[in-house]
Amino acid sequence: MAYIDLPKDLPGIRGPMAFRPETAKPLNELAEILLHSEDNSLSRAEREMIGAYVSSLNDCFFCQHVHGAMAQHYFQCDTQFIDAIKQDYQSAAISDKLKSLLSIAGSVQKGGKYVTGQQIDNARRHGATDREIHDTVLIAAAFCMFNRYVDGLHTWAPQDRQVYIERAAMRAAEGYANSNPHK
Amino acid sequence: MAYIQVEEGVPGIRSLVLFRPETGKPLYELAQVLLRGPSTLTEAERELIAAYVSHRNNCIFCAGSHAAAARCLYGDEKNTVDEVLNDMQRSGINDKLKSLLHIAGKVQILGREVKPEDIAAARDQGATDREIHDTVLIAAAFSMFNRYVDGLASFTPTDPAVYEAMGERMKNGYVLPQPTKK
Repeated sequence: MAYIDLPKDLPGIRGPMAFRPETAKPLNELAEILLHSEDNSLSRAEREMIGAYVSSLNDCFFCQHVHGAMAQHYFQCDTQFIDAIKQDYQSAAISDKLKSLLSIAGSVQKGGKYVTGQQIDNARRHGATDREIHDTVLIAAAFCMFNRYVDGLHTWAPQDRQVYIERAAMRAAEGYANSNPHK
Repeated sequence: MAYIQVEEGVPGIRSLVLFRPETGKPLYELAQVLLRGPSTLTEAERELIAAYVSHRNNCIFCAGSHAAAARCLYGDEKNTVDEVLNDMQRSGINDKLKSLLHIAGKVQILGREVKPEDIAAARDQGATDREIHDTVLIAAAFSMFNRYVDGLASFTPTDPAVYEAMGERMKNGYVLPQPTKK
């Protein structure tokens, strides 16, 4: 049960977004630009994976499975592949560039000051641009907000991961900007 | 020096939103709604929550600027801000605000640190659902802003007078900065 009176049928962030549309609007716009906009040299799969990885570090069940399912949808991979990245991205079959960005995201999750110049240099060596580094840091920071919002209000989350996988194609098609929390 | 090429001499989040105005727009809108929009919490109280979380995250830019904004808004009672940052529980603020800052402190650690008894304590002091919601989201949002500002090593002024001027400006609200014409 959530700590405040939210619509009972809405899981995760959809409850507080329905409760307070004034704040839901910029939150959805932020998610749209960071994760769904096509104006980005990072793929949607990579950006969703950064969100899922940070959410798993923050132990946020709802966010890590929503965004893990989104990454799975875009990567066209199986659940095991996503779980392998979350558990040990260094050994996963992903590009060195994405590994260098996940390393930065992992430091942001601990606190902004944990990001080192060496991590940034390493990302650049693997071809990351300023804009990609910026977006990686902001995606990681934004999920430190979304995760706290979802868990700080003690919202409920479906336990069956299939539920998240089934919604991913719809969310991929619609994006986040105008997402209706009631649907 | 910031980790990415932002305009030199522009401090903190301003340099980052000038670099990427597309994300800057919703970030400033979020700050405006949470800290200046209609609310039963005063603007001073909301800025204090922001400063308190930023202080706990050791983000000098955000803590300095939002503490300055809170001091402006508290006016004659501006000492409240430093009392809270030094020792929140022993400060002179009311018990309701203490209970909300306590929740904000839990959110700063991690969402699941907030326990039913923390919420019950705030309710006992008269906090509404909306006030609890906004406290959690302000604390969560500053857990983002702090990481954004420090994760990219943006320029952090050290002169207290710079923050005082920022606080005066922030009192009037959050408007996305526009690039200076060259």
